[in-house]
Amino acid sequence: MSATKKPKVVDRRRFLMDAARAAAGCAVAGSLLAVYARDARALPAEALRPPGALPEEDFLAACIRCGLCVRDCPYDTLVLAELGVDGAATGTPFFTARDIPCEMCDDIPCVKACPTGALDPGLTEIDEAKMGIAVLVDEENCLNALGLRCDVCYRVCPVIDEAITLERQHNERSGHHAMFMPVVHAEFCTGCGKCEKSCVLPEAAIKVLPVRLARGKLGEHYRLGWEQMDENGAPLVDGLIDLPDRLPGPGTDNLATPGGFEPTFRLPSGGTGQ
Amino acid sequence: MSAKTKLPIGQEAIEKKGWIGAHKYLLLRRISQAIFLLLFLIGPWFGLWIVKGNLAGSLTLDVLPLTDPLVLLQGIVARHWPEMTAIIGALIVGVAYALIGGRVYCSWVCPINPVTDGAHWLHEKLGLQKGWQPKKNTRYWVLGMVLIVSALTGTIAWEFVNPITMLHRGLIFGIGFAWSFVIAVFLFDLFVSRRGWCGHLCPVGAFYDLLGTKSILRVSARNRAACDDCMDCFAVCPEMHVITPALRGKGDETPLILSPDCTNCGRCIDVCSVDVFRFTHRFDQSPAPGRDDAATQSPARDARAA
Ligand code: SF4
Ligand code: SF4
Ligand code: SF4
Ligand code: SF4
Repeated sequence: MSATKKPKVVDRRRFLMDAARAAAGCAVAGSLLAVYARDARALPAEALRPPGALPEEDFLAACIRCGLCVRDCPYDTLVLAELGVDGAATGTPFFTARDIPCEMCDDIPCVKACPTGALDPGLTEIDEAKMGIAVLVDEENCLNALGLRCDVCYRVCPVIDEAITLERQHNERSGHHAMFMPVVHAEFCTGCGKCEKSCVLPEAAIKVLPVRLARGKLGEHYRLGWEQMDENGAPLVDGLIDLPDRLPGPGTDNLATPGGFEPTFRLPSGGTGQ
Repeated sequence: MSAKTKLPIGQEAIEKKGWIGAHKYLLLRRISQAIFLLLFLIGPWFGLWIVKGNLAGSLTLDVLPLTDPLVLLQGIVARHWPEMTAIIGALIVGVAYALIGGRVYCSWVCPINPVTDGAHWLHEKLGLQKGWQPKKNTRYWVLGMVLIVSALTGTIAWEFVNPITMLHRGLIFGIGFAWSFVIAVFLFDLFVSRRGWCGHLCPVGAFYDLLGTKSILRVSARNRAACDDCMDCFAVCPEMHVITPALRGKGDETPLILSPDCTNCGRCIDVCSVDVFRFTHRFDQSPAPGRDDAATQSPARDARAA
């Protein structure tokens, strides 16, 4: 070739052009990939991660999608998400409580199988798992709310009487029966999904939701007086006066209750000022 | 061009060595690729758990952990420090490929290789244009891009689209619509860019390429003096630029194919009717006179297009 005498400048320009072109191409492809990766993070509410799974943002950095947790789950609870079929990021493990719930194995084989720590090996007591939290999402169709004694979710719960209790309530409708409402206590619920799986309704009235959906959060500045009093042994503020409680009933301005009385002062509009 | 170059690729080798002899490494490769898939499949199919997992991470006979080092590296730049098992697995895989040639992964293990080989076969059958040919270093740019996106998004980014693990995992665990990624690669190689995916873009190939820069196992054109310019090796080589320096080198230039781009697929060995190529190690110093050192010039060479 006779090109050996090519001026250096042209070589450098071509080099820079090629680099710029490659960089631009990668920037475009990279942005698409980043957008896709971000979208794929939106874990659907029905997809529950295995016990010990790191929070979703960390999980997608940790899980290599090997499926070893799936293989070692003796109940075939876990599956790897398939593209376009399951909502979870492709190839990551999850389970659907209504299909096969987690049986809360004592030895937690799924966590043991995970080579990367995407399932936190620090989880050694399955009772401490937080795969989600059960919520009685339909307090109207739940058979117990209709006055029956279904109790199925309560009875199947591996953490019975701690994660779910039955709370007796007056049945207003009949006026002389009780209702035993299933109530979930988030502190103890592992999110295993056995209650959701077993709910006898065609569509479960109790469902396991991811913690972010199932729970509210108190403001940081809230203090629970009764807890503080326990810790402190006495009220935190001296000289607190105990004001009368405004309970419905005789002697209050709650007119709905027998014995309630008319307020002495009425606003000119005729309202009660409440 | 001499009349001989009109022969179908590999015809001479088949006549000389028989069909099996002229496809030895190709057959071995296909068997190897099938084994790497079947080993994972006999677990779910027959309940015989020799290997669990998939190419991203696996456990063999309940003792040997293996991890794809690139997947783990993305996890690390995404700020997750993995547990020891995964690190050991990645080291074993990394060292193995560093010794036998990084891109041995591409030609002997990767399940996408039969797909792109198939696309190339059809490409040749249909006599299509070679199409877009990105610069040789494009795959390193893609690799860099993948690591940057992993760091920025805090995810193992390439696993969202990686056709290799999509296919491998999909065949073992259920594939869903991940087929589309595999088909996309096939069509890309067929219509857009000849040997485009594995040869120019795939960041996994780029990673293993870098890993195998100093690999021990290499192909040598030791018998290069016998080359009769049939060009069949160039026709079958997925990275044909790697052949020239070794094959056309003078006596004092090494006959070893030292470019890490070489996938050690052995097709050049198969297809050469005069057995120019062989597998050897990178320290092999056997003399290999260049063809130009020979006193006589072959008529075929005069006919070579400049
Ligand atoms: S604790 Fe047991 S049942 Fe639950 S996901 Fe893990 S292995 Fe499966
Ligand atoms: S074993 Fe760990 S890394 Fe593998 S799929 Fe399960 S969670 Fe992910
Ligand atoms: S998910 Fe349901 S069954 Fe499981 S622990 Fe919570 S309340 Fe109990
Ligand atoms: S199983 Fe369903 S219907 Fe029965 S008590 Fe529980 S939530 Fe209600």
